[in-house]
Amino acid sequence: MLRLDKLVKTYKTGDQALKAVELEVPEGQVLALIGPSGAGKSTLIRCINRLVEPTSGKVYLGDVELTGLSSGALRRERRRMGMIFQEYALVERLTVMENVLSGRLGYVGFWRSFLRRFPQSDVDEAFRLLDRVGLAHMADKRADELSGGQRQRVGICRALIQNPALLLVDEPTASLDPKTSRQIMRLICELCQERGLAAIINIHDVALAQMFVQRVIGLRFGAIEFDGPPDGLTPEVLTTIYGEEDWEATIEAVEDEEASA
Amino acid sequence: MSDVNARIGKPWRKPPLVQRRWLRVLLLVGFIAYLIAAFLTIEVNWSRVYAGLERGQKFVLAFANPDFTSRSSDIWEGMLESIIMTVAASVVGIGISIPIALGAARNVAPLPVYLICRAIIAISRALQEIIVAILLVAIFGFGPLAGFLTLSFATIGFLSKLLAEDIESMDRVQAEAIKASGARWTQWINYGVQPQVMPRLIGLSMYRLDINFRESAILGLVGAGGIGATLNTAFDRYEYDTAAAILLIIIVIVMALEYLSGVIRARVQ
Amino acid sequence: MPVQDLKGQKVWQRRTGRESLFHWVLWLTGVAVFAYCWQQISASTTWFFVWDAPRIASDIWTRATPPRWEYITQLGKPIWDTLNIATLGTIISLILAVPVAFLAARNTTPSALFVRPIALLIIVSTRSINSLIWALLLIAIIGPGVFAGVVAIAIRSIGFCAKLLYEAIEEIDETQVEAITATGASRWQVMAYGIVPQILPAFAGIAVFRWDINIRESTVLGLVGAGGIGLQLSSSLNVLAWPQVALILLVILAAVVISEWVSAKVRGAII
Repeated sequence: MLRLDKLVKTYKTGDQALKAVELEVPEGQVLALIGPSGAGKSTLIRCINRLVEPTSGKVYLGDVELTGLSSGALRRERRRMGMIFQEYALVERLTVMENVLSGRLGYVGFWRSFLRRFPQSDVDEAFRLLDRVGLAHMADKRADELSGGQRQRVGICRALIQNPALLLVDEPTASLDPKTSRQIMRLICELCQERGLAAIINIHDVALAQMFVQRVIGLRFGAIEFDGPPDGLTPEVLTTIYGEEDWEATIEAVEDEEASA
Repeated sequence: MSDVNARIGKPWRKPPLVQRRWLRVLLLVGFIAYLIAAFLTIEVNWSRVYAGLERGQKFVLAFANPDFTSRSSDIWEGMLESIIMTVAASVVGIGISIPIALGAARNVAPLPVYLICRAIIAISRALQEIIVAILLVAIFGFGPLAGFLTLSFATIGFLSKLLAEDIESMDRVQAEAIKASGARWTQWINYGVQPQVMPRLIGLSMYRLDINFRESAILGLVGAGGIGATLNTAFDRYEYDTAAAILLIIIVIVMALEYLSGVIRARVQ
Repeated sequence: MPVQDLKGQKVWQRRTGRESLFHWVLWLTGVAVFAYCWQQISASTTWFFVWDAPRIASDIWTRATPPRWEYITQLGKPIWDTLNIATLGTIISLILAVPVAFLAARNTTPSALFVRPIALLIIVSTRSINSLIWALLLIAIIGPGVFAGVVAIAIRSIGFCAKLLYEAIEEIDETQVEAITATGASRWQVMAYGIVPQILPAFAGIAVFRWDINIRESTVLGLVGAGGIGLQLSSSLNVLAWPQVALILLVILAAVVISEWVSAKVRGAII
């Protein structure tokens, strides 16, 4: 469904963030992208919907090659890729409802969106989604009145109302406490399953990734070092991705949690 | 869940900024009514405006071809006088502002001093430069002295207020530490307060220098010295190329001052 | 090196020799420049008038008090005009300043190489020239009256508003813009949803702040013939009708105080 072909990104400073990354994600697969800071996880995700322009290589979404599209066509394709951000990236001075509805911007005309006259079906869908994440009563609150976990739920609604085929998730839990992190990860994975969405979740918490996903990609210095199921993450593998460290505790902790859960 | 089912199918509107409906309508109607009334009372002589467009065009063209030479001595003298007034007034104004700012900061000065200094600032801020200039010209006669005094007076209101606010928001612990060492009042100001507010003082002074120069360009209109008189004459005689030259010089000097103040502020911070 | 070894004793100085020399030269130049300026001012001053100033001041004071209160009936229209000059001028300038600000802000300008310098030039040139000068210029072009005042205030305020606004635009949170872009929104939709909500409070603050300043400035525009209460001030001054001048000054003072109070209230409500 999504295919990256020799994707390269070199920043103006000369830093090579991605070195010819090859990746294929089948329909409905939830995939975690792990790796140390600066490994190019964020760049990879942003190159897919071209928030960051790749230097060379190709990205295919279905049969469409995204890398060659004009800006108008790119906008139409971006509607099929929902994005969830690390710091929620809600427009803080807009209401929750407006933030959710902003996910439909690619579908409605400028004046309609400017006057906040969204089609009734969009409004209904927004309410259903808000209800699904338990925030229907907050619809008219301003986004900056919400707690971190609530904001991220709104961010999820905004991504889902686009009716995407793919979710690009950039560090969804980095600014949340452990409990909320887990709830958010669970929510994302459940929703992906319900709707049959593929997702690329960029995450630095290895234990959390192992708990929820079917496939893990390890990135180091812009190159893929590991690609396999979560239980394939042995201490040796983690050492190649992150460097030398005592990994037993990390992995054991996960097993314990899964046993108790 | 039933909650949401009830909600579905109903249109959604952004909650309005003003909650009360009658107030919202009243504000909107009132504003529109005011705008209409204001527009109606402005008498625009459109034929005059139309006739003036040609002159406007000439003026714009004059900017492309400014005349620095034919009145060069007037321009030069006026500019020099403006700059002299600006510099002298800034120095004196800043010098007077500092003690007044100390007096107007509640955490430094006792209440009676505070009230007096705040009153001085309020008077200085409420009086428009050009009005002060008119009064001072009436009292001291024509010439740069009136302009110099006007600008000094205006500097006090501006600088003291902002500096006093900065002193009031300074870090108390640092100042207390100096006080605890047994310093006398002047030492306390010198060691505890001055280092904290110095960057802001320099930044504000540069900014005020810039404002003083811009203001000095108009004081000549009421006879208080500077380039304004030359400019006024140029407009009266419809010598647009000379006027354009003067305006260009003003713009260039203001730009240079802004650049300079940017450099200095970057260095002290 | 602030610490020196002098005859076996360590001596601390705040500045090194060269630094303190530099400071001295700087101060000396400053003092010399000031002395020169003062001498120039003094040379073109008739000191006889200055020594006579206290007498003249008290003379004006006795003539100006009490203010001619009944003159207030003739000031209604001028006050209304002054308010209109300030308000309409502010509204027009805001309408013009918004596009200029978007063209001048680094993150929204369509071209940093060509458009941005032009926008910055508009900002600096309208800002550097006082509204009285703009009024003089406009009167020469379109004739005296309130209209010239409105346009003068509008032009003068463009640079001021656009400068503050483009600084606000440059300080916005880019990830919010990125998030809206990622939904497939068009350029204008990104503007309306990602940028405008973030700068709206700054915009409102700037509008009220500038309106307050414009009230002050419009009170004196009449001095050069651009309408408002300044016209009455100028004609009263010309006939040396000091009691009327006193009343007009009181009215201006009241207007300034009221407008400052209003703007402080509104800003408090917004923020």
